[in-house]
Amino acid sequence: MAAGAYDYEDGFQSSNDGAIPYDPLFVPDPVKSFVVHLYRHIREKNVYEIHQMYETSFHTLSDRLFKDTPWPSVEAVAQYVDNDHVFCLLYREMWYRHLYARLSPTLKQRIDSWDNYCSLFQVVLHGVVNMQLPNQWLWDMVDEFVYQYQSFCQYRAKMKSKTEQEIALLRQHDQAWNVYGVLNFLQALMEKSSIIQILEKEKEGLEQFTATDGYDYAGGSNVLKVLGYFSMVGLLRVHCLLGDYQTGLKCLLPIDISQQGVYTSVIGSHITTIYHYGFANLMLRRYVEAIHEFNKILLYIYKTKQYHSKSPQYEQILKKNEQMYALLTICLSLCPQAKLVDETVNSQLREKYGEKMSRMQRYDDESFALYDELFSYACPKFITPSAPSYEEPLVNYNQDAYRLQLKLFLYEVKQQQQLSVVRTFLKVYSTISLEKLARYMDVDEPTLRTILMTYKHKTHSVAADGKTISNADVDFYIDDDLIHVVESKTPKQYGDYFLRQIVKLEALIGDMDRVKLE
Amino acid sequence: MGREQTQSQMSYTVEQLVAVNPYNPDILPDLENYVNEQVSSQTYSLDANLCLLRLYQFEPERMSTQIVARILIKALMAMPAPDFSLCLFLIPERVQMDEQFKTLIVLSHYLETAKFRQFWDEAAKNHHILEVVPGFEQAIQQYAVHVLSLTYQKVPRSVVAEAINIEGVSLDKFIEQHVTNSGWIVEGKGELVSLPKNEFNHPELRRTNGAKSIPLDRIARIFPVLG
Repeated sequence: MAAGAYDYEDGFQSSNDGAIPYDPLFVPDPVKSFVVHLYRHIREKNVYEIHQMYETSFHTLSDRLFKDTPWPSVEAVAQYVDNDHVFCLLYREMWYRHLYARLSPTLKQRIDSWDNYCSLFQVVLHGVVNMQLPNQWLWDMVDEFVYQYQSFCQYRAKMKSKTEQEIALLRQHDQAWNVYGVLNFLQALMEKSSIIQILEKEKEGLEQFTATDGYDYAGGSNVLKVLGYFSMVGLLRVHCLLGDYQTGLKCLLPIDISQQGVYTSVIGSHITTIYHYGFANLMLRRYVEAIHEFNKILLYIYKTKQYHSKSPQYEQILKKNEQMYALLTICLSLCPQAKLVDETVNSQLREKYGEKMSRMQRYDDESFALYDELFSYACPKFITPSAPSYEEPLVNYNQDAYRLQLKLFLYEVKQQQQLSVVRTFLKVYSTISLEKLARYMDVDEPTLRTILMTYKHKTHSVAADGKTISNADVDFYIDDDLIHVVESKTPKQYGDYFLRQIVKLEALIGDMDRVKLE
Repeated sequence: MGREQTQSQMSYTVEQLVAVNPYNPDILPDLENYVNEQVSSQTYSLDANLCLLRLYQFEPERMSTQIVARILIKALMAMPAPDFSLCLFLIPERVQMDEQFKTLIVLSHYLETAKFRQFWDEAAKNHHILEVVPGFEQAIQQYAVHVLSLTYQKVPRSVVAEAINIEGVSLDKFIEQHVTNSGWIVEGKGELVSLPKNEFNHPELRRTNGAKSIPLDRIARIFPVLG
């Protein structure tokens, strides 16, 4: 991999000055070199080398030579890699990913990309793949697959500007990016890889998966296993896009997010997992759980983002970071539990959304506008999975799914409108009669009783196991007509802290032992 | 005996389908039958119903308003769980405009905001929609008792009456039953009911977090260090 191979600026001009139009059959030398080396590394299972080429070289070349054109076609490149079927599928996958990132895919290209995924996944599912690929690449495959599906649904739903040919093509290829196809591929990868059983067995010490980051050191392939693993995150994501939060969380269950795992081995996967987990819990009204996880990941990003500043994922990381701060703001407005949030995260939050949050808790018209704004900014790009009726007049319905989720969310916020007022009063009194509080809140006693019961109902959510858990920071009980206020105090959890420090210290000592003094 | 076996066999098969092969348009009729089975045998499966609502989402022409109504009523009966909202997330807005569904959404709203008097009034007006699902009243009464138990240590009899929509002699009977089975205590001349202690209406019962023990699997992380 001589540096000289990539110094090719003089001979090739990018097409944005109109000098040379894109020729899919022209293969610049750096690309020749790239595919030859990548092919060799894959055959020799040099995972580290593959990772370098995939993460760095591909993007460097893209920036230099293919800023706004596609890479050379796979037909042109195949001759340099023995026309290897699997390599060509992998190359095509990268080719389309590059296209989606830099350009706008046509309908034909969308359909062809779907066909490529079908072929690629079929090959993997038939168990004939013998490669070891870096987790980053395998994650990107699943992530991109779901992204292209989401993109297709958005595209298909904009019927207004569709030409006759486009509609004809859509009708003809109704299998492309069909929701059943997408879900069943993810499901198949998960099942065929037996990843759930592997994770179970690992708990009993009968299997090695997380410990090796998913890599197979016994001469086998990690591809199916790791794709199966990431498919669980893929399923969580698709279900969130459909509005089915309950099932999404169920798909993620085999992964223990309280621990490190293969999902944390790639930053993109880590963030996507927690983002959707947190969002699903928010919609399920499990605010404390959402706050807990958002807090953890935001702290993690704060501490580690400097290490990713050169990576191609950096922009995405920053975007998701901002979105999660918005979601955390929403959660904390609905469930004020500031003590659950780390000081670093808290100060960032106050900087970005402190002012908005105080306005949100006033529950006037402006506050609903703010809830709308934050939700709309941070929510997933919901989709309508069904194909349009091509008979009916052509309208754009790509916003329908989002509008429904937003409407239902705001509906929930409205139902919690009175809680903020109650909380303010409860913070001030240790006991107060119903009659007095009713007077202060300018309602009659029966209404106050319903408001207080609503407070109780909304602050006590139903956990996954069916148990009631309290989210309330300020709580109360009623004795006939007297309200007794109870402030819940959570003393610091020292146990966890000590455990963490013990493990850390041990690791540090281990590292020091490995240092050889000259 | 034979019929019972078939029914339990059916629910076993459907649950299996939902777990193993949920993204399959062919199981739609099975899931619809399962909804009716849940209604008639007074059982409930959120996962199976969500699976069906998803399939309706994928193929809107196959949606049955009647089945969706039943799913929503069953979801209401699952309160305080948020199942009703979870179902609504999967039903297109235009479908939610249906009169039947609008009514159910209003009923859900009353329950979510503990407006029991308004709920029972509206429920009475829409008896024809709700009567298709046996056990509806009892399920809502259970939810009402749940909310009362979170909120009150001692609750006036009239508040109980309004919440569960029972008066007079029937109310006496209801309270009697709960005195026997659920630890209710009738105070004084019967105007107050004392509800059993739980950690939500008796905060001193809440475990002091300071004394919270650390689960074993967390300690297990340092076994290599200790060993």
